[in-house]
Amino acid sequence: MKTSYIFGLVIIAVAVAIIISTAGDASSYVTFKDAKEMAENGDESSIHVVGQLKKNEHGKVVGIQPSQDKLSVTFVLVDENGQEQRVFYKEPMPTDLMKSENVVVIGSYKNDIFMADKLLLKCPSKYQEESISISEAN
Amino acid sequence: MIHSFIGNLGHLFVIVALITSLVATIAYFKASNTTGTEEEGWKQYARIFFYIHAVAVVGVVYSLFHIIYNNYYEYHYAWSVSSKTLPLHYMISSFWQNQEGSFLLWIFWEAVLGIIIINTNKYWEAPVMTVFSLVQAFLASMIVGVVIPGINLKIGSDPFILLRDAFPNDEFLKINPDFIPPDGRGMNPLLQNYWMVIHPPTLFLGFATTLVPFAYCIAGLWKKRFKEWIRPALPWALFSAMVLGVGILMGGYWAYETLTFGGYWNWDPVENAVYVPWLVLVASYHTMITYKNSNTALKTSIILVIATFILILYSTFLTRSGILGNSSVHSFVDLGLSGQLLLYLMAFMAISVFLSARVWRQIPSSQKEIATYSREFWIFMGATTLCLMGFQVIVPTSFPVYNSIIEWFGGTSNIALPSDQVSFYTQWQLWFAAILAILSGTGQFFWWKKMDKKDLINAITYPILLTLIVAGIILVVAGISDIGYIVLLTTSIYAVISNGKILLRLFKSNIKLSGGAVTHIGMALMLIGILFSSGYSKVVSLNTSGIRIFKDAEDEFNLENVLLFINEPRAMDKYNLNYKGRRVEVKGLSKYVNYHDLGPAEDETKAIAKKDIIIDGRKYADKGDTLDIYHENIYFEIDFTSNSGQKFTLYPRVQLNPTMGNVGSPDIKRSIQSDLYTHLSYAPYLSPDEEVEWSEPEDHEVKLGEQFFINDYVTIVEKVERVNATDLGLNDSDIAIKAIIKVFGEAGEYIVEPLYLIRDRMVARIPEAVEDLGIKITFLNIHPETNSFTIQTSTTQKDYVVLKALEKPMINVLWIGTLILVFGFFIAIYRRYTEFIKMRDKGRE
Repeated sequence: MKTSYIFGLVIIAVAVAIIISTAGDASSYVTFKDAKEMAENGDESSIHVVGQLKKNEHGKVVGIQPSQDKLSVTFVLVDENGQEQRVFYKEPMPTDLMKSENVVVIGSYKNDIFMADKLLLKCPSKYQEESISISEAN
Repeated sequence: MIHSFIGNLGHLFVIVALITSLVATIAYFKASNTTGTEEEGWKQYARIFFYIHAVAVVGVVYSLFHIIYNNYYEYHYAWSVSSKTLPLHYMISSFWQNQEGSFLLWIFWEAVLGIIIINTNKYWEAPVMTVFSLVQAFLASMIVGVVIPGINLKIGSDPFILLRDAFPNDEFLKINPDFIPPDGRGMNPLLQNYWMVIHPPTLFLGFATTLVPFAYCIAGLWKKRFKEWIRPALPWALFSAMVLGVGILMGGYWAYETLTFGGYWNWDPVENAVYVPWLVLVASYHTMITYKNSNTALKTSIILVIATFILILYSTFLTRSGILGNSSVHSFVDLGLSGQLLLYLMAFMAISVFLSARVWRQIPSSQKEIATYSREFWIFMGATTLCLMGFQVIVPTSFPVYNSIIEWFGGTSNIALPSDQVSFYTQWQLWFAAILAILSGTGQFFWWKKMDKKDLINAITYPILLTLIVAGIILVVAGISDIGYIVLLTTSIYAVISNGKILLRLFKSNIKLSGGAVTHIGMALMLIGILFSSGYSKVVSLNTSGIRIFKDAEDEFNLENVLLFINEPRAMDKYNLNYKGRRVEVKGLSKYVNYHDLGPAEDETKAIAKKDIIIDGRKYADKGDTLDIYHENIYFEIDFTSNSGQKFTLYPRVQLNPTMGNVGSPDIKRSIQSDLYTHLSYAPYLSPDEEVEWSEPEDHEVKLGEQFFINDYVTIVEKVERVNATDLGLNDSDIAIKAIIKVFGEAGEYIVEPLYLIRDRMVARIPEAVEDLGIKITFLNIHPETNSFTIQTSTTQKDYVVLKALEKPMINVLWIGTLILVFGFFIAIYRRYTEFIKMRDKGRE
């Protein structure tokens, strides 16, 4: 049975190595407050923040500002604790952004702005919607 | 009027499909547990119900397609996926755009497979079809959309609901319940691609076929025929691996052709969720083959076959329950089915574990130690490597699941996927792939005869020598220095050469057995193709002008893109580029038409020709004709001339979709060594609210034939003539005069005809613009006393595009490898299926 045991041990060792490597590379979902603290402590690793776009009392999204050349965009994201944060995204504004239910920003703080390298949008529009809009209805 | 009949019919078919599959399950279960005439009786009964089930499934498919095809937008499904202008082939693909339709596709394939099983099996029919019918019942319940009264439990999501039922809180629909939207919301422009017509059916056929080996395995465990299930299951496992693999690659090819991230694989959780079961499926048929030849690895085969099916269910759960919402770019929203999906997953896991545990001790296993110089050892290593590859991918992909489980128990967990997914997965997958290449190259030698150490060394000496020579040359020529790439390249070449050696030998002896060698060559070529096209993908659109394209854009953007003004040639890498302008696709014409030669018509899918449409000297339409156009696409014609004089034209495009947003798609110049992959990073004037800004007008007083300059272009007033006012739709008493002005642009002459109108001493002027040159000309005044005219001109920014181009070396090796792989699978499936047929006809199975 010797070879089988060695074989088994090697598999276990590789599996453990995979788990350790995964844990080491994993990012995390945090709030802006934690992200800010991380940045102040010199931790520049990329993290995920989940939030919603800032809306005014009429439910309209506010604070989205595309840059002059429309190649980047800044917007205000409200995280789960209700903290507002200006986020800079270095790519053109995704057209689904306004319709997003939830936005995940992946990146890190630079000074007072959260620099997002990547956005994940969770849009009801693509698959399921709450209601048909009247403009389409007419 | 609301067409309620077809929806009710469809819903009825769903209910029939669900009930008949349940009845078939019970009848087949009875048939499995009885013998003789009683068994035959139950079987007959079950078959009838399964056939009714299949007919009902076809009925559901027909009803849903009828609704989409006839534009019944009172139905939520048709409204949300289709639109009037969608061509037929996209109507077909819109069918499976939403979850219900894709479940339906899956059910449809399994009904087809069930009928094949009924007609190809004798002994196995009853137990295998019990599992089949049960799975069908679960799937049908996903689209049944029934709310159980009292406890308010919703089962499934009905594709036949009306708009008003989908949006019960919509104020407009409350007041107008019979309202039918005039048009659907249209299809996501990204999905309007021919690959989306064929990729989902292939992928779901792959999903459906994983059920076949699983059903045989469960039947074997249940009926205690632990060994016999392998033979009929093997050809299906091979078929499933082929179809699923091809389905996955089609998705990759679609991404390569349609999305602008520049690749075919992105390690998105949704992609990973199908990659992992495929790896385990490949491992499973390898151990099944080992078992058939040497009686080892039976238990391993059982575990892997079950694991494949469970992983398919797990991947369905991941992608459709909404749990990946915060980690995948593919946004899926929970339809309220996650509980049902989880139940489905748990139920089949429980059945499998129960049946296996019950008989585990009775399953024969070989006590013999696996010798290092046996093929079993090598295959086992390969299967293990495949499983570890899957493990490495599934661990992080399941992060959202861990978070949910921990939260469910009241804890908090916030682990997220690694930020740089490509390098995270590559660091492991690359080395595993290299190990697979070595194993597939060496293991094949053991396949054909008993070997000891000496034989092995003899067999592999020449392939290794040849490999080192070939790899050495390629490494030097291509200048590869990364250690991982060197190892992967060398091992892949070794796999091609050693399998090639075996293939040569089989050509002389028995070609029917060459499936393995051919498949492995295909796989090794794919690895080489992936290595070069991904590892050595290079941006060739480098901005060498020293001028930033946009002042406040990122450095990377300014450095890795070229700015092309219309008709101003520019050098890029080894090419000379010339942006020729915007183009539109007209239905029925093989060539694109200049965007500015067409004016808007009332219907957005039509356009009116502003001048005669002439292509290659042939006239296709007269001025004023109405043409059918594909209004959602604008193509940007870019001429390429390489340093060696080769000329070609690429048309990267932008798809305009007001509801979903504008989307760029690449155009690719394919050649043997590499692909030139181009897409637009930016183009102006794509949104309707972006208006052209004209400069302050400038007046020129000129005589006929006198030259003057607009925006540096030489211009001459050729002629001034009176036009019949009624031709322009004006009053008889009006006076219309047009100036015929010739402008000499870079790419040729333009005739501009601004109008000067007089009605009751009031003067009106209709200017004309030449978008290609960025000029607008107004016929401002006539001075009969000096025999001259005042021509007013204004200018604007000329049309331009910002282009990104990548070179993808050797990507064709990946596609060629895929084709060879598929061919190898065909050989292997043919061989294994004939084996099964022989045994069945002998009455053994």
